[in-house]
Amino acid sequence: MQGYLWFIGKRALQMLAVIFCGISATFLVTHMSPIDPVEQVLGRLSSRANLSPEAIIATRAALNDLFGTGAPILEQYVNFWTRMVQGDFGPSLMAFPTPAMNLVTRAMPWTLGLLVSATLITFVIGNLLGALAGYNQNNRFFKIFGIIAMGIQPIPYYVVAFILLIIFGFLWPVLPISGGFAMDVTPGYNWPFISSVLQHAILPTFSVVLVGFGGWFIGMRALVSNVVNDDYVTYAELAGVQKSTIVGSYVIRNAMVPQLTALALTLGGVFSGTVITEQVFNYPGLGSLLIDAVNAGDYSLVLAVSSVSITAVAVAIFIVDLLHPLLDPRVRAE
Amino acid sequence: MFAVFRDLVRYNIEFAIGLILVTIVVVFSAASFFSPVDPSLIYMTIPDQPPSPQYWFGTNSRGQDMFWQLSAAFRNSLIFGLTVAVLSRIISIAVGLTSGYVGGWVDRVLMFINDIFVSVPIFPILVLFYFVLRNHMDSFTLALIMAAFGWPFDARLIRSVAVGLKHREFTRHAVFAGMSTRKVLLEEHLPYVMPIVFATFMNNMLWSIGLEVTLAVLGFTNINQPTIGTVLYWANSHSAMVVGTWWWIVIPVILIVMTFLGLFLLAVSMNEYIDPRSRLRRMGA
Repeated sequence: MQGYLWFIGKRALQMLAVIFCGISATFLVTHMSPIDPVEQVLGRLSSRANLSPEAIIATRAALNDLFGTGAPILEQYVNFWTRMVQGDFGPSLMAFPTPAMNLVTRAMPWTLGLLVSATLITFVIGNLLGALAGYNQNNRFFKIFGIIAMGIQPIPYYVVAFILLIIFGFLWPVLPISGGFAMDVTPGYNWPFISSVLQHAILPTFSVVLVGFGGWFIGMRALVSNVVNDDYVTYAELAGVQKSTIVGSYVIRNAMVPQLTALALTLGGVFSGTVITEQVFNYPGLGSLLIDAVNAGDYSLVLAVSSVSITAVAVAIFIVDLLHPLLDPRVRAE
Repeated sequence: MFAVFRDLVRYNIEFAIGLILVTIVVVFSAASFFSPVDPSLIYMTIPDQPPSPQYWFGTNSRGQDMFWQLSAAFRNSLIFGLTVAVLSRIISIAVGLTSGYVGGWVDRVLMFINDIFVSVPIFPILVLFYFVLRNHMDSFTLALIMAAFGWPFDARLIRSVAVGLKHREFTRHAVFAGMSTRKVLLEEHLPYVMPIVFATFMNNMLWSIGLEVTLAVLGFTNINQPTIGTVLYWANSHSAMVVGTWWWIVIPVILIVMTFLGLFLLAVSMNEYIDPRSRLRRMGA
């Protein structure tokens, strides 16, 4: 038990370090750049409306106050953190005066749902099929499957999502290709809404799964084909242990340990993938929000989305790490 | 070196396919050095012409000959990928070898930093950079930023090899003979990790070109410079699929798939070659 606590403590420290460094990076990027955010926002505001000089001066003072610019950099950094901890990023300029944080919390469930379901489906299917392919190395079905997986795996998210969009949008329009739910349903806990949400989630999820599962398949196949030749597997076979037990408890369980580590390491990449997928399918999540915010020049919203997503990915990695001891008893016993 | 190459082509069908695909793409992109038109200019030909003997890949709605446009785009993207790969390889070799050989608290600190870099999601940070830099963001800046994030996976891999090398006989001989740490790392250990460096080189190129495509498609790079991503960006912004200029989308996508598949197959087959067990299995020995 003590080993487990030690392990968790180490991982928690790591998570905090990732959050700290990531958010500090967002601060540095935004403050070390040659472009003044205040002037940028002012430029955008004054290009749309006809502002009097007095109004511009007043706005500049207000914006300086809001972004905390003008103070020494260290003081700005401290202020930045105190606001960050409170989750206060100021009002969004895109949807003034809604606080940026509200927009983020509204978009969060969509991205989270997409990310979690796509990751789970990808991980389970990829590893299961990979393990079977590694165990039955001469099976023709798995060989063909391996070639297909290899062919799809290296293609960027965007291209796969786009090909799906063309197939299901133009050639065979059976699935909704845009939005999070249909226009004619009322959001809430009713069946039409839920079924509409599920239907709209199929294509985005499918595209993330399609890109992701090949990597797990190939990795697991290689791991299992090594484990299968180990002495303890041969021994179990000779001792007449049931085949399903060998595959399930001996082979997969041992090969899963490095795969779980890999899951933690790739979560950041999967998140980037969902961001892009959301944009392609017009899904109302964090990715679409981030891109809209960049295009609208919404400073506080961009900061809010990137800080929240860095934190969320770090926490997700921590949760995956917590699962480790379930598979690997050595972590518990240490 | 040549014998390795010959063995790979002969015994490894994946390597052969990958090599053919990458060669086609490289030759195609090298053709842009002989391009008769400046790919950054628009309305140089009749817009929206389908592929024909005169315009092999058709022309787009911006009046550009797609053959030369794509050729320049692939050259720029490949150069971008190479830049990122070379820069991040330098960091990963330096960190990996030092961490593995020196060990102790240096190792722990470097690996802690390494793990932080692995976990930070790079996409929001790249978008943030674009948001702040806007038109100051050229492809070299982007390459520098990506190289700063592209090393940690491979540094860990190199470290694991370097830890093994540290306890080998020849390292001890070199140390007793009075070689400095820097010399031991560069002259004795570097050759051993070179195969890994080559294999990860391809993977890193895949990663960086893929990210560049993503950013460019969203319009988050310098969209006036032809790259794989900006070609798709312009095709999207002119609704190529709806208008019916399918060659503007289909041909680039085919070429992208060829590039990615080729690089991926090269990386995979090299990885396999490094592992002697799977190499022997494949060669039937």
